Amino acid sequence: MRLRTILLELNKDRCKGCELCTEACPREVLAMGSQINALGYRAAEAIAPQKCTGCRACALVCPEVVFTIYQTA
Amino acid sequence: MEPMMTMMKGNEALGEAAIRAGCRFFFGYPITPQSELPAYMARRMPEVGGTFLQAESELAAVNMLLGAAAAGVRAMTSSSSPGFSLKQEGISYMIGSQLPCVVVNIMRGGPGLGNIQPSQGDYFQVVKGGGHGDYRMITLAPSTVQELVDLTMLAFDLADAYRNPVALLGDGLLGQTMEPVSFPPVREPLDDKDWALTGARGRPKHVITSLELNPEGLEELNLRLQAKFAAMAAKEARWEEYRCDDAELVVVAYGTSARIARAAVDGARSIGLKVGLYRPITVWPFPVQGLARLADRGVRQFLDVEMSSGQMVEDVKLAVLGRARVDFYGRLGGMVPTPREILSEIQKLMGGEAS
Amino acid sequence: MKLLAGMPQAMSPVVTHYCPGCSHGVLHRIIAELIDELDLRERTVGVASVGCSVLAYNYFETDFVQAPHGRAPAVATGIKRARPNLFVFTYQGDGDMAAIGTSEIIHAAARGEKITAIMYNNTIYGMTGGQMSPTTLMGAVTATTPYGRREENGRPYRMAELLAQMPGTAYVARTHVADVGNIVKTKRAIRKAFEAQLNGLGFSMVEVLGNCPTNWGVTPAEANRYVMGEMVDYFPLGEFKDLTKEVLAGVRA
Repeated sequence: MRLRTILLELNKDRCKGCELCTEACPREVLAMGSQINALGYRAAEAIAPQKCTGCRACALVCPEVVFTIYQTA
Repeated sequence: MEPMMTMMKGNEALGEAAIRAGCRFFFGYPITPQSELPAYMARRMPEVGGTFLQAESELAAVNMLLGAAAAGVRAMTSSSSPGFSLKQEGISYMIGSQLPCVVVNIMRGGPGLGNIQPSQGDYFQVVKGGGHGDYRMITLAPSTVQELVDLTMLAFDLADAYRNPVALLGDGLLGQTMEPVSFPPVREPLDDKDWALTGARGRPKHVITSLELNPEGLEELNLRLQAKFAAMAAKEARWEEYRCDDAELVVVAYGTSARIARAAVDGARSIGLKVGLYRPITVWPFPVQGLARLADRGVRQFLDVEMSSGQMVEDVKLAVLGRARVDFYGRLGGMVPTPREILSEIQKLMGGEAS
Repeated sequence: MKLLAGMPQAMSPVVTHYCPGCSHGVLHRIIAELIDELDLRERTVGVASVGCSVLAYNYFETDFVQAPHGRAPAVATGIKRARPNLFVFTYQGDGDMAAIGTSEIIHAAARGEKITAIMYNNTIYGMTGGQMSPTTLMGAVTATTPYGRREENGRPYRMAELLAQMPGTAYVARTHVADVGNIVKTKRAIRKAFEAQLNGLGFSMVEVLGNCPTNWGVTPAEANRYVMGEMVDYFPLGEFKDLTKEVLAGVRA
C-alpha cells in the first residue's frame, strides 16, 4: 500500500561518486552509473525511482546535496 | 576655553586617549611595564559602555582584536616586547584582511624575557615587520605623555583611513612617567564601515579573509596593499627638527632617547657647538625627506642615539645615502643613556674633549 | 508539493572542494539547515579555521571571517563582544581546536562566551596530508606516526568532556555523522547548542566525529565504519552538559 508519491531528483553533476547513498538506501532505488559526470566521477542514479518511499536516507548521508526530494501526493 | 590639565601616567593617558578617540573595545594582558593600561581600561571601559577583556594570552588578545575589527568597531590591544612577539601572526592576518586597529608596544629590555626597564630594541620587530609577508604598518613614536595622547587619537583615524593596523611604539619610561596632559572631548564611535561583519541583512554576505590560494589573485591583492603602503609613505611621515638650521652635527633619535638627546643638544649649544636634533615622530614611514634635505644642505655628521644596538641607524644611513657620516651611540639591556653621555659622544665626534 | 530534502538557503549552491564521501559536506548541510530553520542567516557570522574547512566561507550564505589556526574562539569572542546581537559560531577541526587552539577554546568556554564551537573530529590533520592529531587513536598509522601511534606520541584526549567541566559552558555534546540515525541526532544536538547561544545561556560546543577517507586510505563506507566502531569506542557519544533542559523545559514543546 503506497502512502505517498515521491519525486526524487538527483543533480548528477554535483555527485562525487562516494557510494554512501547506494549503501544507505533501504529499497535499492539507487545504483552507481557508468557515465562520467562533469566533475569526473561516476554519479549515482535512480534505477528504481518508483520504489522510493521518501525516507531521505540518501539525502541525509549525501555530502554534496545531490538529492532534492518532493512529496507530490 | 582653557583645556583642563591633569597629571597622568603614560600608560593610563594612552587608555584615556583611546577612549576619547571612540575606542570601546580593549583586549589586553598583564605584562610590565604596560599593565597599568589594561587596568585603566578595566576601570574606565564600563564607565563609557565599552568592553575590556583580559585575554588568556597576548596571542588570544590580538585575535579578539581581529574579530572586533572585523565586526567594524574601533578596538585596541597593547603589550610589551615579549608579548608583542606573540601578536605578530595576528598583525600579519589583519594586514592581509585589511582590518583597522591600534596595537601598542611599550618596549622593555630584551631579547627573550630580558627585564622590565625601558628599551628601544623592537624597532626592527615593529617597523620592519615582525610578522610574515610583505607589509607595512604606520608606526607612531611619541616622546612625551601629551604627544602619546595626541598620537593615540591620530592612530585610530589613520587606521580607519587606510584599513590597516597602526602601531604606537613607546617604552617603559614613557609608560611609567607622569606628566600634565590635556584631552579633547570624548568622541562617540561611528558605526559606518560598509565592509564590516554586521550580519548579511539586505546585502550580499561579507567575507573577511587573507587567504587567496590562486597566486595571480594573491599577487593582485599584494599589489593593492603595496599601493596603500605607498600612499601612506607619501603622506604620513612626521618628524620634528630642533635647532637644525645651522647645525653641523645632527642627533637623530626617537621617543625617550629623543627627549634625553634634546637636553644633550642644549648642553652642546651652551658650549658653542652647532648641534641639532632630528626627531622622527613616525618611524614608519621613516621621514627620509628632512634628513635628505639636511644632508643636501651640508650637514656632514649625524649621531643616531637609541636604547638598542642600533636599529633605526640603518634607516638613517639609507636616508643620508653616503653624503654624510652616520655614527651611533646606544645603551642596551634596559640601560637609559644620560644627557652627559650623549654630550660626551657629540664632543668626541666634533673633535673636542669629553667634559 | 512538499519539499522533503534539498539545498538549504543558507548553503551556497557551489560544488565543494571536499573529497568524495567526506563528512564535512554532511555537517555543513546540517548547520545550514538549522540556520534556515532558526531564521539566523541575516545575523550570523561564521568563523572559519585552518584545515580542510578553511574555505567554509565559500559554502555558507552568511558573513564570515577567516581566523588564524586555532584562534577561532578568540576571534569569535571579539565579534560577539563587539556585536552581541549577532549569532556567532566557529567551525574547527580536531587539529585546529585540540592542538594549536587548546588555550583559546578552553578560555572561551571558561569565560562562558556566548558563541557556539563546532569541532569536526576525524582524528587526523587532513588538509596537510594526514598527520597525527591530538585525537588520533593509538596504533593509527599517519604521516607522522608511520609505525602507528605509540606511547612516545602521547595518548589521544577527549575535548568534549574537558570542556563540559568549564564553568561557562551551557551545552556540550559529542555525536557522529557516519549513519542516518546519527546524522539526525547530530542535527538535534547542534540545534540545542544554537539554542543555548540564542537564549544567552553560555558557551556551547558539539564535537562531531567524522571521516577522512583519503588520508585513512579507505572507501567512504569503510571510513564511516571506523567512525562508528573504533572512534565511538574511544570517544563516547552523548550530552556532557545541558543547561537547555532546565531553562527551556517550559518553553519548548
